[in-house]
Amino acid sequence: MNKIRSQRPLSPHATIYRWPLNAIMSIMHRITGVGLFVGGFLIVWWFFAGAISESYYDFVSCIVTSIYGDLVMLACLTGFWFHFCNGIRHLFWDVGLTFNERNVMISAILGLLGTAFLTALSLLSIYFWYG
Amino acid sequence: MGFQTNFSKVDGLGSSKEGTHHWWMQRLSAVALIPLSLLFVYTFMQILGSGYQEFVDTYSNLGNAIVAILFLIVAFFHLRLGLQVVIEDYVHSKTWKVLLLIVNALFCWGLMGVGVISIARIAFGFVG
Repeated sequence: MNKIRSQRPLSPHATIYRWPLNAIMSIMHRITGVGLFVGGFLIVWWFFAGAISESYYDFVSCIVTSIYGDLVMLACLTGFWFHFCNGIRHLFWDVGLTFNERNVMISAILGLLGTAFLTALSLLSIYFWYG
Repeated sequence: MGFQTNFSKVDGLGSSKEGTHHWWMQRLSAVALIPLSLLFVYTFMQILGSGYQEFVDTYSNLGNAIVAILFLIVAFFHLRLGLQVVIEDYVHSKTWKVLLLIVNALFCWGLMGVGVISIARIAFGFVG
């Protein structure tokens, strides 16, 4: 019976609708959260190398600040700021605030603007620190 | 209207009172990470890519070492809880789900331990 049922055609439902902004924010929160595991791993590797020896530190530092390392760290930085801003939205909802369609839309846009601003600010400060 | 099954009504033990434990720990660590991640990232961004001596000097500083250690503890705790939810939501095979939950826990606790001990070794002046 289940086999017959599984072969019946399904009319398209959830997948044919345009994603609301908040649904995109929600799945991005998960994707950035999982992705930040890579950043966490690299940071621990970097500290571990630093605790071993100067030559191992230089080796890991070289990998993390190579062009591929920079791209991964840039992705982690952007992902971190997104997860940070969107996480604050979640904390507001958890205490029952800003929990209606209009405010969810406003905070989603604020979250995206915040992510862009904080990422740009980080990159600018790195630029100024290193000259 | 009760939501208990017939069995648990007869059993009479009530709930384990831990239904919100995972959720609460996730929020608690999230709140702690707001200041901790800002402080950690601020120092980390300045020091990533620098020479060994500058790295050792930075994390020999008591404040920087405390922030980095607390950050790694709370961040990996938060990461484990988050990854656990993702695994539970998307992995439907019981075998794979349990295996991944074990791998998740071991990796997160393991990386946390390695990171904390490494920073401690630098902070206590055993290297550099």
